[in-house]
Amino acid sequence: MLTIKNYVRAQSLEEAYALNQSRRSKILGGMLWLKMSDLRLQTAIDLCDLGLDTIEETDECFSIGCMTSLRSLEKHEGLNAYTGGAVRAAVRDIVGVQFRNCATVGGSLFGRFGFSDVLTVLLSMDCLVELYPEGLVSLKEFAAMKRNNSILVRLVIRKTPGKFSYQAMRAQKTDFPVLTCAASCVAGEYRVVLGARPMKAMVLRDEQGILKQGICEESAKAFADFATSVTPTGSNIRGSAAYRTHLVRVLTRRALQELGG
Amino acid sequence: MEIELKLNGKTVTDHIEADTVLLDFVRAHGCLSVKRGCETANCGLCTVLLDGVPVLSCSTLAARANGRSVTTLEGLQEEAADFVGFIADQGAEQCGFCNPGFVMNTIALLRENPDPTDDEIRQYLAGNLCRCSGYEGQLRGIRNYLNSRGARHEV
Amino acid sequence: MKYKSVNKSVRKKDAMQLLLGKGVYVDDITPSNALVVKLLRSPHANAMVQEIKLDAALKVEGVEAIYTWQDVPQTRFAIAGQTYPEPSPYDRLILDRHVRFVGDPVAIIAADTEKAAEQAMKRIKVTYEILPAVLDPRTAMDNPTLVHPEEDWFPPCAVGGDNKRNLVASGTDLDGDVDAVLADCEVVLEHTYHTKACNQAMMETFRTFTQLDRYGRLHVISSTQIVFHCRRILSRALGIPKSQIRVEKPRIGGGFGAKQTAVCEVYPAFVTLKTGKPCELIYTREESQIAGSPRHEMQMRVRIGAMKDGTIRAIDLHTLSNSGAYGEHGPTTVGLSGHKSIPLYSGNLEAYRFSYDVVYTNLQPAGAYRGYGATQGIFAVESAVNELSERLGLDPTVIRDKNMVREGMVMPSYYGETANACALDRCMARCRQIFDWDKRYPVRDMGGGKVRAAGVAMAMQGSSISFVDVGSATVRLSEDGTYNLILGAADMGTGCDTILAQMVAECMDCDVDDVAVFSADTDVSPYDSGSYASSTTYLTGKAVEKACRQLKQQLFAIAAEMLGCSESELVFEPKGIRCLWTGQVATLEQIAYKAQCFNTHPAEATAAHTSEISPPPFMVGMVEIELDKETGKVDILDFMAVVDCGTPINPALARIQAEGGIVQGIGMALTEDIHYDSKGRPIESSFMQYKLPTRLDMGKLRVEFESSHEPTGPFGAKSIGEIVINPPAPAIAHAIYRATGVWHRELPITPEKIVMSKGNAE
Repeated sequence: MLTIKNYVRAQSLEEAYALNQSRRSKILGGMLWLKMSDLRLQTAIDLCDLGLDTIEETDECFSIGCMTSLRSLEKHEGLNAYTGGAVRAAVRDIVGVQFRNCATVGGSLFGRFGFSDVLTVLLSMDCLVELYPEGLVSLKEFAAMKRNNSILVRLVIRKTPGKFSYQAMRAQKTDFPVLTCAASCVAGEYRVVLGARPMKAMVLRDEQGILKQGICEESAKAFADFATSVTPTGSNIRGSAAYRTHLVRVLTRRALQELGG
Repeated sequence: MEIELKLNGKTVTDHIEADTVLLDFVRAHGCLSVKRGCETANCGLCTVLLDGVPVLSCSTLAARANGRSVTTLEGLQEEAADFVGFIADQGAEQCGFCNPGFVMNTIALLRENPDPTDDEIRQYLAGNLCRCSGYEGQLRGIRNYLNSRGARHEV
Repeated sequence: MKYKSVNKSVRKKDAMQLLLGKGVYVDDITPSNALVVKLLRSPHANAMVQEIKLDAALKVEGVEAIYTWQDVPQTRFAIAGQTYPEPSPYDRLILDRHVRFVGDPVAIIAADTEKAAEQAMKRIKVTYEILPAVLDPRTAMDNPTLVHPEEDWFPPCAVGGDNKRNLVASGTDLDGDVDAVLADCEVVLEHTYHTKACNQAMMETFRTFTQLDRYGRLHVISSTQIVFHCRRILSRALGIPKSQIRVEKPRIGGGFGAKQTAVCEVYPAFVTLKTGKPCELIYTREESQIAGSPRHEMQMRVRIGAMKDGTIRAIDLHTLSNSGAYGEHGPTTVGLSGHKSIPLYSGNLEAYRFSYDVVYTNLQPAGAYRGYGATQGIFAVESAVNELSERLGLDPTVIRDKNMVREGMVMPSYYGETANACALDRCMARCRQIFDWDKRYPVRDMGGGKVRAAGVAMAMQGSSISFVDVGSATVRLSEDGTYNLILGAADMGTGCDTILAQMVAECMDCDVDDVAVFSADTDVSPYDSGSYASSTTYLTGKAVEKACRQLKQQLFAIAAEMLGCSESELVFEPKGIRCLWTGQVATLEQIAYKAQCFNTHPAEATAAHTSEISPPPFMVGMVEIELDKETGKVDILDFMAVVDCGTPINPALARIQAEGGIVQGIGMALTEDIHYDSKGRPIESSFMQYKLPTRLDMGKLRVEFESSHEPTGPFGAKSIGEIVINPPAPAIAHAIYRATGVWHRELPITPEKIVMSKGNAE
């Protein structure tokens, strides 16, 4: 049972950061995972007064506050126009509308969860996260970082011209995915991201030039073979490593074909 | 800590513990329609509107609702009565335990999208589990209600 | 037959209360000063409690009391809601030093707040002697490790159990020489099927409130299907007379059989007796998942013998049932696995054998879940018949036409009962037609790795437990000519309060709105076994009919005095009783007032009913799936069912029963899995892990009725509540075979199993 001694609505990032330096403090996201923990927190820090719950779109980028809900990502016209609906496809099967109204972008990313649809789809794009106090780091770099006491303030998606597609396998429609796969072609460069392996999402690039001539049935298959050979998978209650490896091949090919078609 | 919020339109001030969740808070204030069905944010029984947006009150701190507006089914009796009769005509309420969460989320759906297709209804309500009805009767009820209002979409 | 009130889709009497979220459940009517009761549960599958240190826990502010095995009565009891003497063994104590599954209670904690109780729980220090555990039902029998080694283990009925062999029950039932007939068959198929301990997962978890009433008696308000059995169980467990206990149920947030076991009542009741204070125990979802009363896991070996033309001549079924750590419902659920599957093929069956063993293991104890063993047996037998028809190259609906039970047939494997009312043949014909079986049975390649295919299954169940169940009803006339109907059956959302009121309205020629219903309270209600075993419509319904008939006689007696004529000269009319000779009418209002003034004839009647037979409802289910051969994902496109439940008393509610049961069956077939780790700890302990179907997982449902008329049922009715969960699993397994060429004989059939299976086509 989670217990919280003090609840503080931080009035500035400085205040939130200072409070967050204690081992028994935590920044609140959507509370969905935290609530299930057995933690005894001295201070729960809420960023909800800092105006970080919106998506700002400029010509160059989308700037997405950490308190923005997954449902806002799902509904944002500009974001889904830019990603060809890939963001919507990635989040729409996460439990339910009410859950996605609670779940935040910051919470989803900060956890760097293995099962994350959100991390998978975002890693296929040109994304940065703004940390306090470090400043901007690439999402890929952030995903590899150990958890620390910084604050994830914002997600920035650069509008680098590109195409995106998203595939996930779920045994039940709103369950955690057994495997996630995002494919993209951003500024002419192909990327395939594989998540829920069940380890954290990893990014594959076309270093061997398999897709150099573009995506056709053969090249998609060839890249899927390549992905299968280099992507480690593991077993958990939702699937064995062998099944996940099988899905790496299927979803990679499908995601690329969707991207190419 | 002290909080003040609007609960079904009325200002409520109370002393709470920092870890009180909104679900327990609203039940303690007489909103017994709000139910707990799981501990893992999967069932949708505890759905309330926070500033008009459907959220899981099991996962929302009461403290986070401080200064905001919370609506439960107790506050939407008239709006709900409009359509729940159509669910009753199907017998799809069954045990009733999931009903308030389902009704609240349906109200949220219809405010957001007054003329949804069947697929849009299923998608929006996917986070509302029901173990009795098999869902089909709930859908028929909503569809009949929409048709009674002259909806465009059929089946 | 033209009816005024039955066979009509009237709204449930509680519908608007429920839909508008009124506070009608246990936790809504519990006073806020009730002590919170929590249970410390064993982390081990099999262990002996060596020492419990409570000092630190008792120091937590707000803790009222903590009880351990040393504090409780030492009389063993069973918590199965069954008629006395129960077939279930008396193998429990309120708290036992010997804990037998992960989740078995070790201590009862009562505190002012949930937080204090949780904190105290963390501070209890228990030392366990960890024992080897029996975790595989297949090696449980005669295992050197005994789940119940105790000397005071007691079976109230002889059901072939032996605690020194880990055996809850065993037996054989047969007709004809099954081995000889099998030897003479042109085709014999033998396969083993496996179903798991699925959870009812009703939305309202187990919960009970207890207090001392105005007379100082134990007053129990519980979410239960069995108020009277519950009272008897508490009386034995607590060692107090039944006159000192009152059990009442408010509205129930779903049961599906889970609440046919007194899962949690005894704990708060014990604390209330000890402290004199009101107590409430609400199981968390995790507790409901790991320490509830799920379906019995069963492994079934089927041998089926047939001729090449599809004539099914013999069925030999052996069921191994896993009762878990306690024996509740173990001896009885297993019976249905044979008795409600084999009779479907009474058409040409020359011999059958049904043998079974029910074993103890150190896993969660099982209980009653909709279908009650029939679901498991029908998965096995219907799958075997599908395998047979595919092997013989026969259309599986045709092989069923050839062999199915039909009206008037004797069913030797169903206690020799005759199928008085059976529209199974019509169900099949109609389902085939509206599902468009001939077009959808052939496998269709949809491109992109996807194929469409169809499957079929039949099902039966019973209507009440013959020679056992008792249904009762009291009908009372009020002063304005309206009626009260008082029941001991438990409406758990199904709508039985309403359909029984419809029957009163039909009998008394009044509006359904003129019948007020009350259920259930052991102080007030006439004795009823409770709502289980598909008994309420059939049995309590008949009791309602009888009570109405008797009430009319009572009213005639009063009216005769009023009108100065003999009872034989009176006729009952909607608004009163008329004397045929004089034409004079005593209105119901006048009669009711007369009943209250200088009168000895009560304006009420109570009747009980029981049955020597348990007429089966029948059903055919057909499913079309789209299967993704690359990922293994199965999408249900369409599930079509045609049900013969006799006369549907309330067609809307009967339809919802069918739809709800079908979706539970779909969950059992595809998504609801059960795993334990190597130590016997359950993995699917929450809705995050135990995946119920959502409304995106069930495709389109269509339900039709093809009614027979059951002569012994009220208005020709049979049951509907349970049968509906049975056809989905075998039908879906069949469709998956059609799509992939592989038979899956273990549930659930997950995408991984579909993709990764090596294939077993013969």
